Amino acid sequence: MRNFKQCLNYFKVYFGIVFTLICFFSIIGYIFIKGAKSLTPEFLFSLNASEGASLVPMFATTIIVVILTLLISVPIGIGSAIYLNEYARPNSIYVKIIRIAIETLSGIPSIIYGLFGFLFFVLKLGWDWSIISGVFTLSIMILPIIISSSEEALKTVPEGYREGSFALGAGKFETIIRVVLPSAISGILASVILSVGRIVGEVAALTLTAGTLVGFPSSLFESSSTLAVYMYTIVLQGMEMEKAYATGIVLMLVVLLLNIIANCIASKLKRD
Amino acid sequence: MGKKFEFLAKSLFFACALTSVFSLFLIILYIFSNGVPAIFKIGVFKFLFGTVWEPDIMEFGILPFIVTTIISTIVAFFIGSRIGKWCAIYLSFFCPRKSYKIIKTIVELLSGVPSIIYGFFGLVIVTPFIRENFGGPGKSLLAVIIILSVMILPTIINLSETAIKAVPKSYYEGALALGCNKTEAVFNVVVPAARSGINSAYILGIGRAVGETTAVILVAGNNPNMPTSLLSPVKTLTTGIGMEMSYAADLAREALFSIGVILFIIIIFLNISLIFINRKED
Repeated sequence: MRNFKQCLNYFKVYFGIVFTLICFFSIIGYIFIKGAKSLTPEFLFSLNASEGASLVPMFATTIIVVILTLLISVPIGIGSAIYLNEYARPNSIYVKIIRIAIETLSGIPSIIYGLFGFLFFVLKLGWDWSIISGVFTLSIMILPIIISSSEEALKTVPEGYREGSFALGAGKFETIIRVVLPSAISGILASVILSVGRIVGEVAALTLTAGTLVGFPSSLFESSSTLAVYMYTIVLQGMEMEKAYATGIVLMLVVLLLNIIANCIASKLKRD
Repeated sequence: MGKKFEFLAKSLFFACALTSVFSLFLIILYIFSNGVPAIFKIGVFKFLFGTVWEPDIMEFGILPFIVTTIISTIVAFFIGSRIGKWCAIYLSFFCPRKSYKIIKTIVELLSGVPSIIYGFFGLVIVTPFIRENFGGPGKSLLAVIIILSVMILPTIINLSETAIKAVPKSYYEGALALGCNKTEAVFNVVVPAARSGINSAYILGIGRAVGETTAVILVAGNNPNMPTSLLSPVKTLTTGIGMEMSYAADLAREALFSIGVILFIIIIFLNISLIFINRKED
């Protein structure tokens, strides 16, 4: 009996890991093998402006969306983390409310963010389906991720650093900017890079706020598709599937690259 | 750098921290003020328990969506949570040190894979497989369950592993000293000790399954009727919103906001249970 249970438990853990690995390799393998032949240089880099002829406009939109979203949410996120970790008394009522808000925000699914963005930015503020509506929606969406990971990074800074800085006559603000932030920066950076992955892969929130128009955006107040949204649109239409495979490969490569960079930063952090 | 300046800096950081509260307030305000009136216009009972969703003839019953969401989440959770937990146990106790880094990286990558990729994979592999082997249109409740079980895996693995690793080593060693073999020590002592951490991993997994939109739209078949078998095409709460938002107007559009309200309430409920679990842990 004891032996049987032992065997069963061994079977469980090995089944678990083998199943997970099979899922990973079949998803990656299938998309790469099927998509490799449609991944022509022309499709990747041609500046041909006709609709869907190349991925360049989608690259451009993706980069614009990522940069603008980070510009909004990273400063606010780090600022919030600084308040929570450096200034606030842990049991004050403000902190409790703020923490509940952050936790709730992090659990809200992206479609709800999309609905909100549609109601508020698209309709109420009259920004229409546009890059700027999408950017603001995504900024709120990734804010909780940035806050919680920045807070983790700030927590790892030893108390002695702060005390040393105070002892040298620095004020609180100066201590935070010159001492605490620089030693926490790589931890923050690693998490910011991972949240870029979330922005790049987001579809549901963007289709409702930035629309699904394909092409170079001429202004921020125009609708335009990121890579993921473009892939979603063509998959949903069910035509030109080879383009979907190719876009899928590009998306996977971007995610892979972001993971590698984040890992490098994290391991450098460990060495230091 | 005077006192005034320090005060200014503190206020600035405080303002940043209040952004989350303000955003949450705006989200709740807008979703509810746009969704709740339509629920009353349609009739609370007719909306929640009506089985016909036909915007053309002004029928807005979302019971099929609710049932589909609940069934797919429960079954996907049942599969994904077990496999995820086993995987986390493997990573924390059975994995050879050499391969740990590689496997851990793969799990992390898996959690970074965008949902559109999962959905696409489901569409081109899972749905044809179901169509050829079990019959039906392929896009079905079963396909949704399969995709969701895989999608919640990385969330559950990563968080459960953290919870299991947080159990003091002495628990494991103590169990061994009392004569347990390795699997008994792990399964009967360490894992139960990590229960509340694993439970919060489960809840986050459920939240992910309930809220997933993109991947589900591609494999669900988007048929608003009550599912009669695992093979019938279905529509969930999220895909209802995602699919129809682009063309719905008037009351049909408002009804979609109402679905958002229901979804929001489910998520809030999950969040509250998460807070309770975490408090118990402390």
